[in-house]
Amino acid sequence: MKRRNFVRKAILGSMTAVIGSEIVFAATMPKGYRPLAFQDPDPFKMFNKDKGMEVLNDKPWNIEAKAHLLDDKITPNKYMFIRNNGLIPENLNANSWTLTIDGESVNQEKIFTLADLKSKFPQYTYQLTLECGGNGRSEFDPPAKGNQWTVGAVSCATWTGIRLRDVLEDVGMKDDAVYIGYHAADVHLSRDPDKEPISRGAPMPKALQDETLLAFQMNGEDIPIAHGYPLRLVAGGWPASVSGKWVNRISIRNVVHDGPKMTGDAYRVPCNPVAPGEKVKDEDMCIIESMPVKSLITYPKSGATIKEGKQLNIRGHAWAGELEVSKMEYSIDFGATWKECPVEKPANRLAWQHFSASIGFPKKGYYEIWARATDAQGTSQPMLLPGWNPKGYLNNACHRIAVKVI
Amino acid sequence: MEEHEKIRQGIRKIYRLFIGIFSLFAVLAIAIIYMLNNPDALSRKKNIPEAEYVAVPEEEDYDKIENGIHLRTGLLEAEGLTEVINNCTNCHSAKLVMQNRMNKERWIATIRWMQETQNLWDLGNNEEIIVNYLVTNYPSKKKGRREILTDIEWYALEQ
Repeated sequence: MKRRNFVRKAILGSMTAVIGSEIVFAATMPKGYRPLAFQDPDPFKMFNKDKGMEVLNDKPWNIEAKAHLLDDKITPNKYMFIRNNGLIPENLNANSWTLTIDGESVNQEKIFTLADLKSKFPQYTYQLTLECGGNGRSEFDPPAKGNQWTVGAVSCATWTGIRLRDVLEDVGMKDDAVYIGYHAADVHLSRDPDKEPISRGAPMPKALQDETLLAFQMNGEDIPIAHGYPLRLVAGGWPASVSGKWVNRISIRNVVHDGPKMTGDAYRVPCNPVAPGEKVKDEDMCIIESMPVKSLITYPKSGATIKEGKQLNIRGHAWAGELEVSKMEYSIDFGATWKECPVEKPANRLAWQHFSASIGFPKKGYYEIWARATDAQGTSQPMLLPGWNPKGYLNNACHRIAVKVI
Repeated sequence: MEEHEKIRQGIRKIYRLFIGIFSLFAVLAIAIIYMLNNPDALSRKKNIPEAEYVAVPEEEDYDKIENGIHLRTGLLEAEGLTEVINNCTNCHSAKLVMQNRMNKERWIATIRWMQETQNLWDLGNNEEIIVNYLVTNYPSKKKGRREILTDIEWYALEQ
């Protein structure tokens, strides 16, 4: 935020020199107005995002939230991270939108209009956790390649649509189907029309789950353009890249889908643990499926100072990929002692769960509150970084906030 | 006769007075209309001549550098800057370049990946210049297994 303002000021300040004469009405120029020559697209306006969001990349757009912005139980659009691999498609038209179902294992290729899909199949609404596989990447050492996400590449909105299963069953699949792969309308960064920026998918059992949707609404409204309007595949609990945006084709495959970003080190981690920085052969990399157990303290914002003797109320969310979170704990002494706190049941399977606690402090001083979730199988978040991997995926280390008691 | 002349002069006086009053009204009316259309007419730009229109020389300052930073991309000014701008910011933002901290070997591997899958061209002699620029100006820092919290903005929490 500050840096952005600084840059803006720096640019305005230097305009005098650029234009070669003083800007005559500089003093009366409305605040927030930048002369045409210097306007770049304002992502906050363009995507209706809160100004507190952090732009990591503007080509392609990658924008993340901060922990305290994710306090809502259902994430509104303004706080939802954007992770794009290519350029947002232009001229999206819901009226002419079609979805093709094809692939080696389809009985008969079929094309649906969006209206067909909406009228032909029953609609469902689920609250679904979508977390970028690379959320937390910035903490890995040696550093991992890609957008340096901190903690804010996660959201849990409600999605309304039809079950992918209903569509696949309507079309008919062969017995050898193992995977579905999506194809979409986004444009490759090189603008090469023969290249897809990303085409990922999921194995059949995930594709056939109740909660795996072909969604056309988010939080009760048309999906915002940056999040996949008019049709998005939504597969909660898995890396959000499985939830393809602007989807216009789904292939039923008789092999593991091999579209761009299914292979190499994209969304894959070493099948066996490796030392930090170690080289890993392609064949030793395994595709990420369910995301690991994780939690976020969303209130208060890190940096709170409170008076001695006062209780501090904290709250946040916890999620565990395909699993449920069964226990939530916090520590104010760097893990020497942990206290359990209540965690609510999820709104539905694959939705994040809310926790809260009221914390007392023994004396004045600097504290950190660390939060630790445990999933239904007894696996907890690590306090340190989990296993290093070449692209820095799956960092589910405990989140912490700083607090001072004065 | 004299009487007649007096009356005439009287009429002329009244006539002049009327002309004067009408002129005053006319000037006032014009001024009011002008003010309504130009509400800023009396504000403090009196000494400024007609606003000057200058063609903005876009090309000239497209690559402007200030305080060691290339303004358009945010990249640091150093040997290799031009090569990096010309080869590394066509497809993706320079932000993606700056936030990645890799050694020579991993940058080269990344360049190969971009050449194999993302339509990046052969960089020729520029490859070494680019990689040197990146490892020199954007070196990686040791973070260990967990960093301390930094840049904390302290505030009083009311609850």
